[in-house]
Amino acid sequence: MSEHKGISRRGLFGAAGAAVATGVAGYAAHSVLSGEEVQAADNTGPVEFHGRHQAGIVTPAQDRLHFAAFDVTTTKRDELISLLKEWTAAAALLTAGRDIGQYGAVNGPGEAPPEDTGEAVGLPPARLTLTIGFGPSLFDKRFGLAAKRPAALVDLPHFIGDDLDPERSGGDIAVQACSDDPQVAVHAIRNLARIGFGTVAVRYSQLGFGRTSSTSKAQTTPRNLFGFKDGTNNLKLEDTAKLEQQLWVQQADGPDWMVGGSYLVSRRIRMNIEIWDRTSLGEQESIIGRGKGTGAPLGKADEFDAIDFTAKKSDGTPKVPMDSHVRLAHPDFNKGAELLRRGYNFVDGSDGLGRLDAGLFFLAYQRDPRKQFIPVQQQLSRSDALNEYIVHVGSGIFACPGGVTPGGYWGDKLFA
Amino acid sequence: MLTTAASHMTRRVTVLGAVLGLATLTACADDKPAATDDGTGPVTVKATDSACDLSRRDVKSGTNTFSVSNGGSKVTEFYVYADGDRVMGEVENIGPGLKRELIVELPTGKYQAVCKPGMVGDGIRGDLTVSGDATAQADEDTLLKQATESYQRYVNSQAVALEQKTTEFVTAVKAGDVAKAKALFPVSRTYWERIEPVAESFGDLDPKIDARINDVEPGTEWTGYHRIEQALWEKNTTAGMAKYADQLLTDVRMVVAKAKVVTLNPLQLANGAKELLDEVATGKVTGEEDRYSHTDLWDFEANVEGSQAAIQALRPALQKRDAALVTTLDTNFKAVFAALDKYREGDGFKPYTATEAEKKQLSQVVDGLAEPVSKVAGVIAKK
Repeated sequence: MSEHKGISRRGLFGAAGAAVATGVAGYAAHSVLSGEEVQAADNTGPVEFHGRHQAGIVTPAQDRLHFAAFDVTTTKRDELISLLKEWTAAAALLTAGRDIGQYGAVNGPGEAPPEDTGEAVGLPPARLTLTIGFGPSLFDKRFGLAAKRPAALVDLPHFIGDDLDPERSGGDIAVQACSDDPQVAVHAIRNLARIGFGTVAVRYSQLGFGRTSSTSKAQTTPRNLFGFKDGTNNLKLEDTAKLEQQLWVQQADGPDWMVGGSYLVSRRIRMNIEIWDRTSLGEQESIIGRGKGTGAPLGKADEFDAIDFTAKKSDGTPKVPMDSHVRLAHPDFNKGAELLRRGYNFVDGSDGLGRLDAGLFFLAYQRDPRKQFIPVQQQLSRSDALNEYIVHVGSGIFACPGGVTPGGYWGDKLFA
Repeated sequence: MLTTAASHMTRRVTVLGAVLGLATLTACADDKPAATDDGTGPVTVKATDSACDLSRRDVKSGTNTFSVSNGGSKVTEFYVYADGDRVMGEVENIGPGLKRELIVELPTGKYQAVCKPGMVGDGIRGDLTVSGDATAQADEDTLLKQATESYQRYVNSQAVALEQKTTEFVTAVKAGDVAKAKALFPVSRTYWERIEPVAESFGDLDPKIDARINDVEPGTEWTGYHRIEQALWEKNTTAGMAKYADQLLTDVRMVVAKAKVVTLNPLQLANGAKELLDEVATGKVTGEEDRYSHTDLWDFEANVEGSQAAIQALRPALQKRDAALVTTLDTNFKAVFAALDKYREGDGFKPYTATEAEKKQLSQVVDGLAEPVSKVAGVIAKK
């Protein structure tokens, strides 16, 4: 009885927890193929799962993240495809704010473990998006995908100062869950991981709070854990022409299965928080290249004022220092390369020395990492004054295909 | 009164105070007894492994010269300390059988003259009384100017020793003397680490001299101390290292030449003191700096000494503006040196293979010191 699929959590909430389905049909009812992104008007509603592009990229950045990288443990291509189909069905339900499975969290037989783990019962969809990407390691001999590996899905080079933990790097498949409710994001990853047991295994996962970029002009610029506004000049969903140029893989780029998709680079960037906090305000601003209060470029008054890289102080040195982060990361000094950043702050408790294990889980989408993330990061790793205060400890690169159409599944064009 | 400090006690700061001229190194041809002193000429200091005999302990205010000869078997250092172990003047790296001079401007007051055989511990201390016309109180601008001059002399003295010790290290590497090269590696790095923020300010020299393997981009050659360190400890050889040794000495000489003429302002001293502790916190406590030799604690202590040197140079000005901060700094510097004591061995340190709990303990005292040190710049900047 497919009508029982996808019990609405809102419905349950509205019925004060009564264990009844609320007459909402299966997730297919919401599966409208649309050329336009459907955006939730508030932060409780659902974000359309299907579409030309995957949701969770230009979707106005939600406040919370649960990111998971998986190793595929099966060696059978069919099993992997089956899992991706099952995941896709679950993802459509989860993003619509429904329990997964036929019976959901609480309506199943008493003898069986509940299909849905249940911690999101009563919670709204909270703008959950689930975005999938495939890592370079998936394109080995196991699943016959070697010939389908996109040229742009390169192995990232070693950047100066990288101190990568292999256990927090790489992965065959990544799923980015973003939501305005942390429990909704965790619920999604938890249930996908559960579905995957025996086929895939979680390699590492990362919780994030506090988006560090805005991806829409309607959003205010948030602050990272250095206390600075981050992502002022980010690519935004309103910049549609630029998104085609910088974000989405075009037909001419190939391969076909990636058209409408984007490449994700993830970096777990540990911040030396305690060291940073002992740094004078003036030095902090010189390192970033922006005022800490306003977020305005140094020498300017407003956050969105254009950066004047030629302006000089009375002593003849640039107002925006040569080794400042904004200068070295700016498109003007990177052959026009831009990134759509949607990273998150993280604090994973403290480390063995009693310091906050904190930083930025950097997530950036782009059309071609060879022309975007890699050269930008090479320049930053050589010269950025910020390097004294950060260390990259985890890394991943993933090919995120275009969006799923109803009846299709994550990666269907790749496995076709 | 002479006091011989227990050997487990801390090695202290080596800032040059109001030194007028550089210590001069001469061969110790004549070795006359220290007792002959007519009360006007240089004070003769006979340093041995167990004694620090001065020909007189009462001197006139103004310029004084101390002629220090090392009759012991260990390398020694000689200091004149003011209150709170503020270094008025210092000569270091006086090898057995050598003689050096310290020329220092001393205002009226009570001081201590200190020899440090083996360059460790509190040293062998004795009183030194300076009498004469009381010096006028310097104003704050003068104190800050003196601070930078004093610290620049410190940088200079460290740079000289850096070149000497690196030359010895490089010579041992090129001679294929693995054991000697291993012994000299942490010693030569001590002088580097004490003035690291200054050395780092000279652009690409720092990565060439001090890069760790993950600091190097693909396609760029890894050079410097750690390149040689890897060969010495991982492979127990100097084979193939001659060219890196030559390059290291060339690069170090360039740093030394620049360091000798560097001009700094008081804020740079304060920030340098903070940055040295940042280095300890991020690289040394974790054991990432000297990952092959595990000599991190030498670097650790050298960073802290360098930090203290800059703070001590600023001390008279700080004392006027925030005496409580000076007290905190004194206490917390002592705490860091004390925490290092359990790792001392001979004239250096045991290999740094501390447990997480031990690292955490070191990290805590460094954080406890770094926080007040970070406040110094703000105090200095206040008008």
